[in-house]
Amino acid sequence: MDLTLHVWRQKSRAESGAFVTYKAAGISPDASFLEMLDIVNEGLIEKGEEAIHFEHDCREGICGSCGMMINGVAHGPIGGTATCQLHMRHFHDGDEVWVEPWRARAFPIIKDLIVDRTPLDKIIQAGGFISVNTGNAPEANSVPVAKMTVEKSMDAAQCIECGACVAQCPNGAAQLFTAAKIAHLGLLPQGQPERYDRVLNMVTTMEEYFGSCTMFRECEAVCPKDISTDFIARMNRDYIVARFKNRKAAGE
Amino acid sequence: MSEFESKIPPGPIEKKWEYAKSHYKLVNPANKRKYDVIVVGAGLAGAAAAATMAELGYNVKCFVYHDSPRRAHSIAAQGGINAAKNYQNDGDSIYRLFYDTVKGGDYRSREANVHRLAELSVDIIDQAVAQGVPFAREYGGLLENRSFGGVQVSRTFYARGQTGQQLLLGAFQALERQIALGRVQMFPRHEMLDVVVVDGQAKGIVTRNLVTGAIDTHAGDAVVLGTGGYVNVFYLSTNAKASNATAIWRAYKRGAYFANPCYTQIHPTCIPQTGDYQSKLTLMSESLRNDGRIWVPKQQGDTRNPKDIPEAERDYYLERKYPSFGNLAPRDIASRAAKEVCDEGKGIGPSGRGVYLDFADAIKRLGKKTIEERYGNLFEMYHDITAEDPYEVPMRIYPAPHYAMGGLWVDYNLMSNVPGLYVIGEANFSDHGANRLGASALMQGLADGYFVVPVTIGDYLATQLGKKVSPDRPEFEQTKNDVAERVQRLLAANGSRSVDSFHRELGGIMWEYCGMARSAEGLQKAIGLVRDLRAQFWKDVRVLGTNEEPNQALEKAGRVADFFELAELMCIDALNRNESAGGHFRVEYQTPDGEAKRNDDEYLYVGAWEYRGDDAEPALHKEPLVYEEVKLATRSYK
Repeated sequence: MDLTLHVWRQKSRAESGAFVTYKAAGISPDASFLEMLDIVNEGLIEKGEEAIHFEHDCREGICGSCGMMINGVAHGPIGGTATCQLHMRHFHDGDEVWVEPWRARAFPIIKDLIVDRTPLDKIIQAGGFISVNTGNAPEANSVPVAKMTVEKSMDAAQCIECGACVAQCPNGAAQLFTAAKIAHLGLLPQGQPERYDRVLNMVTTMEEYFGSCTMFRECEAVCPKDISTDFIARMNRDYIVARFKNRKAAGE
Repeated sequence: MSEFESKIPPGPIEKKWEYAKSHYKLVNPANKRKYDVIVVGAGLAGAAAAATMAELGYNVKCFVYHDSPRRAHSIAAQGGINAAKNYQNDGDSIYRLFYDTVKGGDYRSREANVHRLAELSVDIIDQAVAQGVPFAREYGGLLENRSFGGVQVSRTFYARGQTGQQLLLGAFQALERQIALGRVQMFPRHEMLDVVVVDGQAKGIVTRNLVTGAIDTHAGDAVVLGTGGYVNVFYLSTNAKASNATAIWRAYKRGAYFANPCYTQIHPTCIPQTGDYQSKLTLMSESLRNDGRIWVPKQQGDTRNPKDIPEAERDYYLERKYPSFGNLAPRDIASRAAKEVCDEGKGIGPSGRGVYLDFADAIKRLGKKTIEERYGNLFEMYHDITAEDPYEVPMRIYPAPHYAMGGLWVDYNLMSNVPGLYVIGEANFSDHGANRLGASALMQGLADGYFVVPVTIGDYLATQLGKKVSPDRPEFEQTKNDVAERVQRLLAANGSRSVDSFHRELGGIMWEYCGMARSAEGLQKAIGLVRDLRAQFWKDVRVLGTNEEPNQALEKAGRVADFFELAELMCIDALNRNESAGGHFRVEYQTPDGEAKRNDDEYLYVGAWEYRGDDAEPALHKEPLVYEEVKLATRSYK
């Protein structure tokens, strides 16, 4: 199939960017979206033009490196998938496709379709862990965890930190990402001792970098792992409880 | 330099690790903060090591080429992690895990290392659970297990089909915690391009900042490489696109020995290639072989819909040839068997290079819901890629390069022959011999990172107190200049062919002559082809753009340049090893029924290669393998 691509090209953060139009010709419907870009890039290199830069690595939908706005939708039209697992059979011969980097103030552009997602790691640093030094762990089966609980925790833990939730959100909010980590750890018995400090610290850091959630729920629609916005409700509940808990601890 | 001793501790095998731990020199807690340890890579091994050493009190600097340490390719591991917990009461033990791993590796691994790995496996599970890794559980809330290839007990722990992801997130989160505490300084988007060796010891690295192009030196008291494996030398593999050999290859060229480079694993269950545009191959977890049955039509060239092929006309060839292990035969054996039936013209799919992995019986027996619970995300991934629904039609699979058992040579303490240079995880050669069993890579990466290197490194660092090397030493500047000069050479070639086109061609040569079946004649031919192509690469590669900006072509070019050299060494090693063992199958050396035929009299050794110059032949050093516990036997899974 043949497509017309309009791709955002920008040499660096300092320089301004623009859409550039390319033809993608003779693309197999079995190729992935990134393989289609590979083919376009080989053509560009042949012509002496620098390849379109985009981030990617595992190409199995799990490392979270890739991601772009495809016709205005994070990771493209089909939902529940990362860009690398989007295949060209979901497009039609003759389609025009607009390709842009993640659009979010917290994610400045590095080059072309590559953005800086460091603030997501900052949220993890604020409390997205269970404090257990190596060697300190008790025997694994000493604390049973109900199957339903662990399944729910796993639903949240699947997040790949791609940033699609932020990119799609009209507010540039990172609630879904943050809530997923809080739920993953907070649902498990091992995560209880730090549960309320964790939510306070992570939410505080999140608000330093990202916009506020007004429940558009576009994040859920584009999440490649189908993570539910129910976790945001859970985070908000934990946050309110945490505010009271800590007051109590402070003797107020 | 070049001390070449395995340093296996004395005593009975089950006491060796304890003996070693009790006799290592220690670094006083107050002195630990005086040491800077450089960790390159943050996959399971690197992240676990960086976090643990920071917990112990060392200053850690951690370098990754990704934007975040959580992206390392460990994240893509699907099926599970082994541990000798014997929760299933099916006769498992540390000894059995040790024995299975030695046998699975076709008797080409170091016994003492493997036993330590089996001992530590149980601690890894405890650690991971405490970190919040959501392993699968039974209704009673206790941990669940499944079985994996080459093994007759259920000892594999898993988190759906995303075990690697969840274990890596555990290590990543531990690392992020140490970053927040200021004990680890993280350098994302930094690629290591060389090791700085001062007075014969590893004392720093040179990196390129992938955003600005800045080439910098970093000094440390020790360097730990956890930079993964090298099967991207085949171009098409299950590895991530950026996975590369540069860190270990640069270390090799600075004096570290490269051990068993020809031991590469071809994984039996991957989605077959569909076209020339294909950029990588996708693994379908080996765990699928627990419930899926592998077959091909008995008739050559049978293109009927699989559903229309009656039972009597199907060849369940693994169940036929290996009745006691059946579909759970080890990877090397299952891969070769698939190649054999395809070579006979019975392969399926558009290319004829494929076999069926069929779940119809399992769905009938267990119900669709159970299968969905066990493999849901894998089935979905398969459906995304192929547009076929594996609940309805059998999966099509074919072997693909997956893992490198070879790597830098290390002693029992995971230190290379260059003092101060430690190598962990897939980057070293130590534990899997000539073939790795399923669910053992996660185990090794985490054992090395959490429990081995943080302890063994003290034994070296204790000798370095007050001997800090100044970054003003000329070796730093010299190594940095070497790196900069190489970068400029790549940019200056200004040729006509893209990096990928060279990489693809190199991969084709390696797959043809140094893949699943190798011959002396083919390997000699491959060496010539690789050399010619390498010469052409340096003349004709086209790398556009400059160094002083993000430049993905330049990054790739440096990695592919190293793959050329490694490819040659792989062929040399494969040519030297006149036997078949595990993943190394030389067609001249096979039993009458086509199984690998080892030659223990002549090749019961680790082949460790020493670099002696770009145009000189490498020198072979042999570490004899001594089997005191396990009796050498012909591996049989029948």
